[in-house]
Amino acid sequence: MTGFMVLLRKELLEQWRTTRLPVVATVFLLVGLSSPLLARFTPEILQAVGGSQFSLTLPTPTAADAYDQLAKNVGQFGALIAVLLAMGSVATEKERGTAALILTKPAGRGAFIVAKLTAIAATLGVATVIAAAGGWFYTLVLFQPLDVAGFAAATVLTWLALVAFAAITLLGSTLTRSAVAAAGIGLVAFVVIGIVSVVPGVGPYLPTGLGAPARALALGLSGADALGPTVAAVVLIVALVAISWLAFRDQEL
Amino acid sequence: MSAPPAVPATTPEAAIQARGLTKRFGRILALDRLDLTVPQGSIFGLLGPNGAGKTTAIRILTGLARPSDGSASVGGVMVGLDRPDLRRGIGYLDQDPRFYSWMKGRELLELVGRLHGLEGADLRARVAEMLDRAGLTSAAERRIGGYSGGMRQRLGIAQAMLHRPRVLILDEPVSSLDPEWRRDLLGLISSLRGDATVLISTHVLSDVERICDRVAILHRGRLVTEGPLEELLAAHARPIFRLVPAAGQDDRVAALVAALRAAPWSTDVSPSGEAIRITVSDPVAAAGAILPLVVAGGVSLDAFERARPTLEDVFLELVGLPKPDELDGRGFVRPREVTDR
Repeated sequence: MTGFMVLLRKELLEQWRTTRLPVVATVFLLVGLSSPLLARFTPEILQAVGGSQFSLTLPTPTAADAYDQLAKNVGQFGALIAVLLAMGSVATEKERGTAALILTKPAGRGAFIVAKLTAIAATLGVATVIAAAGGWFYTLVLFQPLDVAGFAAATVLTWLALVAFAAITLLGSTLTRSAVAAAGIGLVAFVVIGIVSVVPGVGPYLPTGLGAPARALALGLSGADALGPTVAAVVLIVALVAISWLAFRDQEL
Repeated sequence: MSAPPAVPATTPEAAIQARGLTKRFGRILALDRLDLTVPQGSIFGLLGPNGAGKTTAIRILTGLARPSDGSASVGGVMVGLDRPDLRRGIGYLDQDPRFYSWMKGRELLELVGRLHGLEGADLRARVAEMLDRAGLTSAAERRIGGYSGGMRQRLGIAQAMLHRPRVLILDEPVSSLDPEWRRDLLGLISSLRGDATVLISTHVLSDVERICDRVAILHRGRLVTEGPLEELLAAHARPIFRLVPAAGQDDRVAALVAALRAAPWSTDVSPSGEAIRITVSDPVAAAGAILPLVVAGGVSLDAFERARPTLEDVFLELVGLPKPDELDGRGFVRPREVTDR
């Protein structure tokens, strides 16, 4: 991991200087704020759209609906943003020749890969916390307060799932010289994981499987088994980074 | 597990050694069994036409590409793709240096310095010194994306020399520089003689003559010759005479050129501008015969001299000018293809 801290510093500066961090944080903030609003006013919106021609009987929205809306939006937008952040991380540097600039210095290829994922994870982490804070606050205003510790734990699990999608795309970015191809790999993985997640016994151990324990933690429900899915996600991320490193260390630049 | 590559027979005086270095791209043979020894403290010129294999050799030596066969070491460390220890003592400038466009010039040098272990006041002082040497102090806080080609080249030189490398590898370092910076860079490289080893790849032969003490010439992936510059000049440069006819006698000069070409000791007669270059195989016979031919042809001269052989003469003698069918669409000499053995 020669040069990891130096490269991480460079990656974090790049996240800020290229406005990725501020843009992603802003998008997540909007998602965080709008999700409880959408949950709260969906019945009124539908009623207004339908007018007097038909009547809808919808249950009164609750804090659980607000959380579900937030989790769904962050999960979908977040995964897409994770793919966008990671798609060019290695491929673009190979294509533009900047990887060669760095890797003719005393910097290990493992450090190069890990620094990239760490910086992307940091950006996703900041953005997810902002979305969660916004969502928690509007849930408080519009519904009722949710347990802070449980909500924080749910936020960590949500972030972990996003990092897993970033790691999948990072592997794609390492294997190819094209950011578009890397994005394709990330999006296909997102779809495949979504399909496979309905398979009993497998679904809970995929990144999307973190959603159920996160919901239970956020809403203070019993029976939240977060350990298995969390370990599975961490193992998946570590394995993806290891494969990325093994592939990258044999590549000519 | 493949067997580790054979360690080249190193000598304590060698900063760079390559043994049988070969690089194939499919059937294309970009580098063909290159043997090279670059002595410590020397300024070593790697010459060859475009497509000769210079950049391929350098990419292998810096760990950006792996050889198909053979082995090499730089600073006593075997070359390889993921070898940070190899790069600790190397400074490298790519022929087309690429940087992060969002980064400022000072930030780039600080990044490179930190990767080489420089910190704090040492780092700041060295960065300031190299910015000054590269004439980039006033542009240090500007984004590199706004730099001109020459500024990027100078930044590339600054980052390559920042950590005072023991081995400096420069691939076409003066290609984007204006004459003033080119002269300064050549002076800077000359000042490193004895302290660092410099491997410089270029096709600007006059630069090599000016600063290099050893030269290797590559052609279509193969080493054509290698040795001290003066020895190469003595061994390969054929004697050359230079005539400058007075103006206004074109017909007589044309007849003289024909007569010179017909002489048995003449190997090449090249009218060049106002002068005629005569390359000869027997300088004694030529020295006694040229002036009588001039007199017989009624040509009056402004100058007649025996020219000092140049590296260009050596180059043309050994490599020659590429024929049109030897060039690809980019003007590169076509590489060899792998032959079935």
